[in-house]
Amino acid sequence: MSDFRPIAWLAGMPAAVKGGFMRLLALVGAMMARFWRALPAPLRGSILTPPTAIGRAAARCWRRMPSPVRTRVERLAALAGSFAAGCWGGVRAAVRESLGMLLILAGLIAVFGLTTDYFISVSTFRMISRQIPDAIIIAVGMTYVLIIAGIDLSVGSVLAFSSAMLGVSMVRYHWPAWAAILLCLDIGLACGLFNGFVSIRWRLPSFIVTLGMLEIARGATYLVTDSRTQYIGSAIEGIAEASVLGVPLPFVIAIAIVVAGQLVLTRTVFGRYMIAIGTNEEAVRLSGIDPRPIKLAVFVLCGMLASVAAVIQTSRQATSDPGAGTGYELQAIAAVVNGGTSLMGGRGSVARSFFGVLIIAVLERGLVQLGASTPAKRVITGLVIVIAVILDCYRQRLRSSRR
Amino acid sequence: MNSPAGGILLEASALSKLYPGVTALSEVNFDLRRSEVHALVGENGAGKSTLAKIVAGLEKPDSGTMRLQGRPYSPAGKKEAERSGVRIVMQELKLISNLTVAENVFLEDMPRRMGWIDYRRMNASAARLMAEVGLENVAPDRPVRELGVGQQQMVEIAAGLSRQCDLLILDEPTAALTDAERELLFAHLARLKSAGAGVVYISHRMEEIKRVADRITVLRDGKVVATCPAADASIGQIVRWMVGRELKDAVGTSPRRVGEVALCVFGLSRGEAVKDVSFELRSGEILGFAGLMGSGRTETMRAIFGADRPDAGQVYLRGSTRPAKIGSPSDAVRCGIALLTEDRKEQGLLLPLPVRCNVTLARLRELARPGGWIRSSQEKAVAERMARMLSIRCRSTEQTAAELSGGNQQKLVIAKWLYRDCDVLIFDEPTRGIDVGAKFEIYRLLADLAGRGKAIIVVSSDMQELLAVCDRIAVMSAGRLAAVFDREDFDQDRIMAAALSGYAGAQGKAAGA
Repeated sequence: MSDFRPIAWLAGMPAAVKGGFMRLLALVGAMMARFWRALPAPLRGSILTPPTAIGRAAARCWRRMPSPVRTRVERLAALAGSFAAGCWGGVRAAVRESLGMLLILAGLIAVFGLTTDYFISVSTFRMISRQIPDAIIIAVGMTYVLIIAGIDLSVGSVLAFSSAMLGVSMVRYHWPAWAAILLCLDIGLACGLFNGFVSIRWRLPSFIVTLGMLEIARGATYLVTDSRTQYIGSAIEGIAEASVLGVPLPFVIAIAIVVAGQLVLTRTVFGRYMIAIGTNEEAVRLSGIDPRPIKLAVFVLCGMLASVAAVIQTSRQATSDPGAGTGYELQAIAAVVNGGTSLMGGRGSVARSFFGVLIIAVLERGLVQLGASTPAKRVITGLVIVIAVILDCYRQRLRSSRR
Repeated sequence: MNSPAGGILLEASALSKLYPGVTALSEVNFDLRRSEVHALVGENGAGKSTLAKIVAGLEKPDSGTMRLQGRPYSPAGKKEAERSGVRIVMQELKLISNLTVAENVFLEDMPRRMGWIDYRRMNASAARLMAEVGLENVAPDRPVRELGVGQQQMVEIAAGLSRQCDLLILDEPTAALTDAERELLFAHLARLKSAGAGVVYISHRMEEIKRVADRITVLRDGKVVATCPAADASIGQIVRWMVGRELKDAVGTSPRRVGEVALCVFGLSRGEAVKDVSFELRSGEILGFAGLMGSGRTETMRAIFGADRPDAGQVYLRGSTRPAKIGSPSDAVRCGIALLTEDRKEQGLLLPLPVRCNVTLARLRELARPGGWIRSSQEKAVAERMARMLSIRCRSTEQTAAELSGGNQQKLVIAKWLYRDCDVLIFDEPTRGIDVGAKFEIYRLLADLAGRGKAIIVVSSDMQELLAVCDRIAVMSAGRLAAVFDREDFDQDRIMAAALSGYAGAQGKAAGA
């Protein structure tokens, strides 16, 4: 390995070595603490003095500051503090509600680890983390749309159309990457806007409107690309090639979107309104809240997230393929529903959708390593999706009976 | 018909039923004789509906036995109970809204000819049944969703009566009915009685129970408190049994200080339902709206609230000379008008969400920092404060709204609007399906709100309720405002006459009832 990737490296270690390593770290910590306590008190005091002196000086400095500045800083700190606390609370809640899925994931990894030789390896995890960011990002948008009791069947086509426009603008018109990416995101926005506006203005089921968009965007893709795959090359590859601490950048972006998506859903007014609309839109309307702008925003978000996924996929393949994203809408729905989001609206979790995508990806990867053929893989994946939903049904019942 | 147990139709002994965390019934003994109307009363959550469901085969008891006509009886489901001649008409509407009236009535066994549904026969028999319950003007091939709530309930009752049965259970049948419709139901009960059937009658309305019931069984917290002939118990005594404490019979109607005009409606019209309605409402005043089912009261309120767009008319707020622009409920709420809908489950509450979310929904933005980040501790505090203020009985504010009893759900809706701080509160049937104890709490709450200067409209089909609570009563008839009575002029007969005045030829129907 040319570069040092600590997370991948740690994950790749055999369990016994990892355990030993952790125990060693703990031992070193305990010894240091004992050593510190063994020091004579004056010595300890003199070591601690410089920090306290710095603290005192800082406090003096703080007191001398004009009070408006001080209150503003204080307010900012309080805001940051409570924001952090809220984030932490949200993340903790998300982890707690995803525990069951984490268990399934761990079980899958264990099974494949035992049945194949190379499943638990750096290359597997790198492969998965390179391959699933687009699916994750689309799943986040889909989760939102399902929560407001809608559905978006057009995400795959919107992805292809955005990607095609990215390719055309860069290859044919030599746009710089940033401008092409902006255009690509605008395409997603426009498609989402169309979906949302039409279904809200004429009170149509989003199923049929987005089904129309599925065809429109796919057709437009073939029109603008003349049905040809366009090679873009290194100008766009940078995003997929970059990595943060050994983790591919697209995966980091996807995780960031998942975390933000989960927090917006559970901690903001917008998220609460979404859940409320999915639960009972009429009750929301009669509570004096106009549900239309919120629904529109959700469709726009879903479209934009599809085009974010388009940027990432195009960058990974360095080409824009007019056939890209076929069937993504159903894969995304499967993953999201696997994560316990209700097709009837009002209930859902972005974090669990993330694990839904991850579980399917791990399953497919593992089956490949077991040597399953593509058709067999599809049969098994389909079965696992159905079984997972059945299990979730029992989990729901268990929870409601425990109350 | 042999009746080995001396005319006893149903005998239940030591029935117990546990739900997670709640004892719904414990060791309940209950019996029903032939040709008897046996009323079950008790506060919400006392176990009436559970007992009814067990008898009807919808729930299984955890322990205890039942005997029907002397034979052991433990139905495995509703179907089996119906085969034994036991039928139930539920409190919650169980109609399928996209099917027609006739299809709903005969859902379980539609008349067939060679495998095809015999629509002509079915519609004819449905029309006959509808006429029996006073719905002769409802065509049997109309989809149920086009009917009002009260009419739907009558259809449900008609469906329950459509087949021969020995034991009929009616769970809150009159909650959404007008007086005239109720009379038709009672006449039907009398017919069933004379045919030897037994009726279990669940209701919160005391006058009604005193009228139709032969015996009364009072339940409290899943136990039988008393069983006695209806003639022997006074309403006050029954209420004491129910709540286990003394309750004042009437709401204290201390004179309130009525303030400025808070809401002035002028010439409001919408289609056939609302025709040229004008009235004034002052702050600190409770204005009642009486009228028959379908007289346009609910439609008027929805038009004021912007839930339906009126064809004509203006709404003026707080004595302003310019009409308020109310095109949608959000405009209305911004103007300080709140509508507490008739159907709180479908239109007022988010049932699967916790109490907390329901309380704060209408004013969530103010609980958030810029950017929409909800201050969760503050939200929790608000929810707990409102729950305490209205004494909403819930384990915690994280309990879902669906798990609350009817009265507490209504209080939850009130909490939502109180927190929103609206000045004009429109209550549509505020005590529908609520037990007596909670009813009085709601009445006190209404009086209290008016005392704090809120302007209140109460739409109700319960005349006693309007007479007790309101400062003035407006009477609607066939979409028009027929009359307005001040408190000193309150008179049940005159109000009833006004309610009927708009229906030429309808007097016959009411007189016949």
